[in-house]
Order: sequence, then structure tokens, then C-alpha cells
Amino acid sequence: MNRYLRWGAALAVASLATGCSLIGSPDPDSAARTVTLVAHDSFVADPAVLADFERRSGIKLEVRNSGDAGELTNKLALSQAAPLGDVAYGVDSTFASRALREDVFAPYRPAAADRGPQRYAQDQQHRLTAIDVADVCLNVDTGWFARHGTPEPRTLRDLTDPRYRDLVALPDPTTSSPGLAFLLGTVAAFGEPGWQDYWRELTANGVTLSSGWEEAYSQEFSGSTGQGPRPIVLSYASSPAAEVDENGKPRTRALLDTCYRQVEYAGVLAGAKDPQAAGEVVDFLLSPEFQAQMPEQMYVYPAVDGVALPPGWATSAPLPQQPTELPAAEVERNRDRWVEQWRTLVRG
Amino acid sequence: MNDMRRRLPVALAAVIVFGFLGLFFAWPVAAIIGLGLRGDVGTVLAEPSTWRLVGFTLGQAAASTAVALLAGLPLAYVLSRLVIPGRGLLRVAVTVPFVLPTIVVGMAFRALFGADAGVLAIVLANAFFNVAVVARTVSGLWSHLDRRMEDAARSLGASRMRAFTSVTLPALLPALGSAASVVFLFSATSFGVVLVLGGGELRTLETEIYLRTVQLLDLPGAAALSLLQLAAVVAALLVATIARRRRETALRLRAPSDTARRPQGGEWCVVALAGVVLCGLLTPIVTLLLRSVSTRDGRGLAGYRALLGTGQHGTLEVTGLEAALNSVRTAADATWMALLLGLLASFVLVAVRRRFVAESLDLALMLPLGVSAVTVGFGYLITLGSLPGDLRTSPLLVPFAQALVVTPLVIRMVLPVLRAIDERLRQAAATLGAGPWRVRREIDVPLAARTVLAAAGFGFVVALGEFGATSFLARPDAPTLPVAIARLLGRPGELNSQLAYAACALLMIVTVLGVVLIERLRGRTDAVEEF
Repeated sequence: MNRYLRWGAALAVASLATGCSLIGSPDPDSAARTVTLVAHDSFVADPAVLADFERRSGIKLEVRNSGDAGELTNKLALSQAAPLGDVAYGVDSTFASRALREDVFAPYRPAAADRGPQRYAQDQQHRLTAIDVADVCLNVDTGWFARHGTPEPRTLRDLTDPRYRDLVALPDPTTSSPGLAFLLGTVAAFGEPGWQDYWRELTANGVTLSSGWEEAYSQEFSGSTGQGPRPIVLSYASSPAAEVDENGKPRTRALLDTCYRQVEYAGVLAGAKDPQAAGEVVDFLLSPEFQAQMPEQMYVYPAVDGVALPPGWATSAPLPQQPTELPAAEVERNRDRWVEQWRTLVRG
Repeated sequence: MNDMRRRLPVALAAVIVFGFLGLFFAWPVAAIIGLGLRGDVGTVLAEPSTWRLVGFTLGQAAASTAVALLAGLPLAYVLSRLVIPGRGLLRVAVTVPFVLPTIVVGMAFRALFGADAGVLAIVLANAFFNVAVVARTVSGLWSHLDRRMEDAARSLGASRMRAFTSVTLPALLPALGSAASVVFLFSATSFGVVLVLGGGELRTLETEIYLRTVQLLDLPGAAALSLLQLAAVVAALLVATIARRRRETALRLRAPSDTARRPQGGEWCVVALAGVVLCGLLTPIVTLLLRSVSTRDGRGLAGYRALLGTGQHGTLEVTGLEAALNSVRTAADATWMALLLGLLASFVLVAVRRRFVAESLDLALMLPLGVSAVTVGFGYLITLGSLPGDLRTSPLLVPFAQALVVTPLVIRMVLPVLRAIDERLRQAAATLGAGPWRVRREIDVPLAARTVLAAAGFGFVVALGEFGATSFLARPDAPTLPVAIARLLGRPGELNSQLAYAACALLMIVTVLGVVLIERLRGRTDAVEEF
């Protein structure tokens, strides 16, 4: 008897648990126009802003995260014959050329493109529209430098100064996208083959490398929660906005002369089910409502001109004025070679 | 006629199992590798660096397996042979590491060993995850071994050690072989551990397949490496098959209550060893728990309070608690799917009379454990789109993928029990006029029920912690806890990191509850089990 009781209990638990998951997600308004937005993992938006858009446009927006910028681009390229959705957001300037070469996107030019995004345009056919700008910069723990009476570094070149020996934590360019951006930044800053000499000196000056941004920032860096040993880390220009004390003062600072600019794009996917609705979603990504909530949600800067930054950002996380940049086509042409050279140079 | 009645259900079960496996595993994997094979695969195979990769992958997996076996055996002994207070607690504690997100454990080991953690840290971290597999698999069989064999050897003058190596160890071989093969597969394909602790410098086939597929879109390179990995996995599985071959049916089994006793003499050394291992397992766990209550100004519960929210500025789309519920639901779905598939597959394997066919099928069923989650995930992109209903973006895909991982474990646990059931019982029932279904209901079901529950429990726990496949397929509005944790750790902000560690603690609590519940349900086992 006991045995049957146990089986009964197990069955009941199983059916309850599965009942709520398999049957639990009905789709009440499937009659509405649905647009699937394929986005990178960092996509987050204010639910109120999304709901407002859905109400006004009559479009139901389904978001699917699909890895980081590189992974997203590769997934789009592989599924190009049967696209994963209607709109993609998150292909960045490092991977834009690959997406364009693989014909992943269809031409679409939103009206708001002239108010800023146009300056980041990648091709004449307007297949990609710039949505936001994210700068990869070195961050420093200001408290550490104050306590140790050491001046904060200012430029990339400073990092090779013996004063900053064993103080820098970087993510590996071969396993991390900000790491790759930093490598590209050194190419942009020192040219070829100067960047290789720079890395030789940098390595000799005791930088530590980790596989991802997570380890560098939360374990090695002294200015974050992990309170690690190193006061200089690679992160974003916007990161200090997340590291404020009780009085609202940032504990860290981005070194604005060390930044490499990454532009993130959106576009209508070739083969989208409803290209017109997909275009409306791109318009929405450039709308003032969406652009204004991006900094707090995703720690990026709006691509459209005249959108106000959140209070405090002007002091804690200002947008770098002169970041370095490389043309997407040049990155696409040389990326693998640079990474390989870097690997030989640093890993031996 | 009678023959037809017996064969039809077997054929039907085989169609279901291999249909699922073909659709959601073999076809996607073949498609993505096939795409790569159009390129220049030969160059990759000719590079010396490729073979260094193979060497390191196999070497670290073998070392991890050895460490997991060494650490797991004293635990298995205590769990199966000795009556000491807190044995239930030990069983639970041993299982917890298995579900912890790899990135979190990787970071914990990185904190313990420093930034240049290296090979030792990778091996220890892999072993940390897999001690549970060894302890549970081996203790399952050990608790049923007849002590009298060993006693007989002792009375004939054999030393304790001699009796162990010549009597007990051979009897344990099937379980050791099973455990070793599973641990080897998990270690050879462990991705997060190598990425975090190898720091980009130490690479395995798995991390290199990931890099080439996900970042470089170098499909020929990835395909070449996938084929190598596949070859290594098949070789490991063959070894395990041979280790299991002899004794799966030929054991004299006893009820555990007859074989366990209070420790005496040298057995206290084993207890002490088990205690050392337990401390080793608890160190990272306690580190994580401490981290979850650390704030900038001392101790605090901000992370736990934040479980009700979505992180700093809404990093997650759902709250921590909702992510936990998603985890439980998805894992429950994966568990029943895996149970269904695993039981059907075991049923087929028992029914197949020819050993070569049965072993080949068995090996095919284990393959999902050894193929890179990236390969499967990217394979989905190019195959599932051509099916009606576009499954590529379906929420069902996550439990499907998890079921692929859990099914082999269910088979490894249930199959030995079904094989150990004396065929004469079935024949007797049939002679008395019972039909094939009646035989199954009256003989097989009661004998295997508790092992099936144990398999369900362990499968549930594995699905809860599964990250590789899940991270590829989970939808943002329905992240599981491990996916949410990885996402939180990828953002700056004190609250995010506290919330991530509190979510880890929550994951452990859910796991402990699951294990305790299953232990309660199945009571004292009286059938053989492999996990």
C-alpha cells in the first residue's frame, strides 16, 4: 500500500510541476502583430516603456536574448535562411562587417537616423542603424590612489610606467568581448606593429589576465564588491555610475583618454515575416522614450542627439569625447590575425 | 503471434527514444559538423597545437576522474557500509556541489587559489563537482554487497587490504566503471570551469570549440575539434562498457540493513578520510554562503532581500524568486521527459538479446553527455528552423536539451536494476498466465520503483544546475537560476553581485529540499542503484 502511496505522491508532484510549465503560458492576443526582437544578452528595457509601445503600436514585442555581440552575429549568419526573428539588436561595430557580408539585414532607414545615428552608419544601404554607444575604458579605484598618494594614470602609455606595476587587471581578448575591444583600442592607438611593442611592455609590467570581464571586475578590481587587489581594471565608461557610495559619490572613475568606442546597431532582418512592423520596432528603439531609459538599463549612451542622461551621469560617467575607433571593415579583415599575434606574443 | 506481442512494444519504445534523440541530438550535431566539413578540416588536424589540446583535455579529465574516485570512495564506504550519525546529512551535502553554477564555483576556486590558479585548480574543481557521482553510484552497489565473501577471505588469512582488493573491488567494478565514465565525460566537456580557471591560457577541446563556433565562426575548425572530441568520448565509453560487462547480473545482493554496521578498528580511518573530503566539499560552499551575506560594510542580508526584486536597475526581467520557480518547473519537465526516455530506453536495452547490439545502443544513448552544448545549440539553428512550428525559439527547447543530459544518467541508474532482476521471476509469472504488461507491472515495476525515484531525484538536481545548454536556449523572460546568476555577475553594481550569491544559496536550498524529499520518498533502498 505504502508503495502505491509513494508512486501516487511522485506522480502528483510531477504532474503539478509540469502542469504549470507546459500549459502555463497561454498566448491570449496571438491575433495581434507580433515582432520578434533578437537581442544580445545585455538587452534590458523598462517594462513600462515596452508596454507603452505595445499599446500604441498594436505590435506585440517578443524579445529573445542570443548571447553576446559576436555570438548573436554568428547565430544570425547561420540562421539567415530561416531568420530567428524580425529585428536584431546588438550587433556591434566589431562584428558589423560580418553581418553585412553575410546579408543578414534588409535595408531600412528610420526617420530619426538623421538625429545622430547617421554618423555611425556602416553602409550606403542603411542595413544597420546605430542605437547606442558603449565605450570600453580603463576604470580606476579613486580611493586606492588617494590612500597611496599615487597619481592616477591617464593614458594607455602610462600603464607601462613602473609606478603602475602589478596594478592592472584585464580580461583576455580571445575570450572576452571588452577584452577584444581593448586590444583593438591598442591597435588604433599605437598602429602596427607598435601595438605589439606596447603589449610586450604591458606584460612586462605585470598585468593580470582573466578569461572574462566578470573575474577582472569583481575579483581583481579593488573598486568593486569583490575588493580585489588591483586598482586599475578594464570596464566601461559607464561603470562608475554603478559604484556610488551612500552619498551618491562614485568610488571609481573611467579614464576617458583610454577608451575604445563600440557602437551597437539594430536592423530589420532579411526575410522578416512583417518587415513593416519590424521597421516600426527600429523606430521605437530610436524613440526618445526608449533612448532615455537605455543608460540606466544597459549602461550605454543613447545614439540619438539631445537625449538627457540620468542625473549624476554628467559627473560620474560622462561620455568620452575622443575615443579611439577602427572601421568595421578593417576589424573584420584583421581581427583573427591580430588575436593570433596577440596570443603568440602574450601567451608564448 | 506471441513473438509479435513481445516485439511490438519494444519496437515502439525504440522508435520513441531514438526518434527524440535523432531529432534533437543526432541531426543538429551532424548538420553543424557537416557544415564545417565543407571547409578545410585537414589543416586543423595537422596542427600540433590541436594535439596538445587533445592531450590536455584527456589529461585533465583523467586526473579529475582519479581525484573524484579517490575522494568519492571513502564517502561511498561511509554511506553504504557504516552506521554513523548524520549519514543522511552527508548524502545531501555530497550532492549540493553538483548543481552549483560553474562560473560561481570557478570564481570560488579562483579566490582560493589566486589568479594563476592553473591545472591543479581545474582538476580539483572538476573533482568537486563530480564527487557526488562517485559517492552515489558506488555506494548504491556497495550497500548491497554480501559481507560474508569478504569475511570468508579474512578467515582464510587475507589481510583487510587484500580482502578489499581481491574480493570487494572486483565486485564494485561495474559501479566504478559507470562512475568513472560519467565523471570523465563531465570533466572532459566541462566548460565554465576551464574558462574561468584556465584564464584563456589553458584550453580544452570544449572551450576551443566554443571559441571557434561562438566568437570566430570558424566552423571547419570547430567541426574538426568536435570530431576529435567525439572520438575521445566514444573511446572512454568503450572502456566503461568493458568494465561493466562482466558483473552487471551476477551479483549476490543483500539488503543494506544486513551490510551496514557501526564502524570498528581501521574503519575509523575511513570515517576520518570521509570527514576530510567533506570539509573539502564544504569549503567552497561555505565561502559562497559567506559571500552572500557580505556587504561593503560587514554582514548583511541585502542580497536575500533582493531576491524579491530584479537586481540593480532591473538587470533581470524577472525576480530572483521567479527565476527559482522557472528552474523548478523546467527541471521538472526535463525530469519527466528524461524518465520517460530513460525508462523506455532501459526497457529496449533489456529486451535486446544480442549483446553487441545492446552495447552499441547503450553507447549511442550516452553520447549526449560527451558532445559540446555549443555544437548542439548551434546545430538547432540550422535544423529546427525547417520543422513546422519553429522550435528554435520555443520555451520547450530548454527542458528538451536538459533531458538530453539527464536521460543517460537515468539509464545508468535504472538499467543495472532491471538487469539484476532474476529472469526466472518473469518466466514464472508468464507461466502462471500473465501477459507481458502484467509481468512488467507485477515484477519489474515494484522492484525498480525506488531506483526510478532515486534517478528522478538525481536527474532533477542535474537539470536544476544545468547551465551549458540552458544558457544557449533560455528565453530572457524565463531565465533559470544559473542563467540569472551568470547574468547578474556580468553587470557592475554591489547589489547585482550580492543578489547573484544569494541566488546561489537559494539554488542550494532548492537542491537540498529536492534531495531530502526524494530520500524521504524512496525510504531505505532495497534494490541496486547506480547513483
